[in-house]
Amino acid sequence: MYDSENVIVSQEHKRYLMGHKRKNSAISFSRFIILIFIFALWEIAAYKEWIDPFIMSQPSRIIKTMASMSKDGSILMHTGVTVYETIIGFVSGTVLGTMIAIALWWSDFLAKVLDPYLVVLNALPKTALGPIILVWIGGTTKSIIVMALLLSIVVTIINVFTGFSNCDEDKIKLLKTFGANKRQILRKVVFPAGIPTIISTLKINVGLSLVGVIVGEFLVSKSGLGHLIIYGGQVFKMDLVMTSVLILAIVAAILYLSVLWIEKKVLKMM
Amino acid sequence: MEKVVEIIDISMNYHTLDGETKAIQKLNLDVSNGEFVSIVGPSGCGKSTLLSIVSGILKPSVGKVMVNGKEVQGPSTSVGYMLQKDHLFEWRTIIKNITIGLEIQGKLNKETQGSIEKLLIEYGLYEFRNHYPRQLSGGMRQRAALIRTLATKPDILLLDEPFSALDYQTRIAISEEVWLILKKEKKTAILVTHDLAEAISMSDRIIVLTKRPAEIKSIHEIKLTCNNKTPITCREAPEFRFYFNTIWKELDIHV
Repeated sequence: MYDSENVIVSQEHKRYLMGHKRKNSAISFSRFIILIFIFALWEIAAYKEWIDPFIMSQPSRIIKTMASMSKDGSILMHTGVTVYETIIGFVSGTVLGTMIAIALWWSDFLAKVLDPYLVVLNALPKTALGPIILVWIGGTTKSIIVMALLLSIVVTIINVFTGFSNCDEDKIKLLKTFGANKRQILRKVVFPAGIPTIISTLKINVGLSLVGVIVGEFLVSKSGLGHLIIYGGQVFKMDLVMTSVLILAIVAAILYLSVLWIEKKVLKMM
Repeated sequence: MEKVVEIIDISMNYHTLDGETKAIQKLNLDVSNGEFVSIVGPSGCGKSTLLSIVSGILKPSVGKVMVNGKEVQGPSTSVGYMLQKDHLFEWRTIIKNITIGLEIQGKLNKETQGSIEKLLIEYGLYEFRNHYPRQLSGGMRQRAALIRTLATKPDILLLDEPFSALDYQTRIAISEEVWLILKKEKKTAILVTHDLAEAISMSDRIIVLTKRPAEIKSIHEIKLTCNNKTPITCREAPEFRFYFNTIWKELDIHV
């Protein structure tokens, strides 16, 4: 590795770096332009009444809705509820799923016995279980979190178990030559080697838990962005629906980027 | 000389749903203290299986192995094992990788840590003790793997093609180094290899195995005339070619 500051960079390399930089900023600029273009077109189309703003809503109306909802703090409350439920859902889904994956790794017999059940559970659209959960647990936050957990746990079990099973046999053999028992093999090699898999599962789980939370909020419909969307749809307040969807998109992006950030930190530490 | 490893009437069969595979058949072999023995044979003949049995991680179907006069029942501290790749754990620093054996055996203390530090200093890895494996070259990684094996103070080292993942130059340099270290620490070694030149240059004795099921085909005492005997100087000995040709013919390799 060389220290770039102390190295005299050749003209050719400078041109290369400049070209690279130019290309990157062109990409960012184009992304931004597309966003502006869509919102501008939307605004103009609604203003000129090419589309019905009552049905399609309108960026300026969305901003108005956001402003009024910020004033009474309801927007923060609903967003907060959704974020809270999602985080609880995907953290518990990941932790429980990993624990079950450990159990499956521990007992080959158990893994073989449960395999068909996992396959079916994985294929089953978990949202179909929504009404059942609602009846069993009741219309509370608990139901929503269970929904989020259900969506992420099966994928976690399958992914993490596969990750554990793919641990290099020779690394395990190495520990065995030192006389390691099963617990030591798990703690010293199988689990740490599986951490990257667990983190990549976290990335999938963020999205899945958000789906679970929104479906849960559709059903329970007390608070949260999902509640706002279903409520807005029922009373034909499309401004409210569009505002909520927009916020949801931002929340989803932030949650995903946070997991990416955690991944980077953890992998760097390893 | 005193025998440290006695392999007595070992047979090994593998069972799968498709049937039974005989890997080793009635194999007998003694290794004396401080000896360097190489095992060569056609690929897939059960060489690695034999090492796994000696180390105690595999139980033979028939027969027994005695190490230091005691029957092998499972992995023991008197036997160290070096695998094909270094298998240093990427998430541990070099020092943490080296102490893993002691950690597992619950023997990590001031005294053992001190002796590891000595090994690190002696073999030029002390400055790298807090580095991660990916920051080290292939040769240094293999050296770290050797120190990891030596850390638990085994009397006997089993080397399962430990250099085969390295490029040719590094391979010769590292095999020289490992040989010198093993001689200095007065260890007994059993090396499994595909590389005849490597086997001849390093060993006191070479065991040639037959195709599966493995039996001993022949045993060659290696006596090379070279001053200041090390694997690299041995490669220049006049008898080197003779051994190479003889063993090559015995291996009977047809491609």
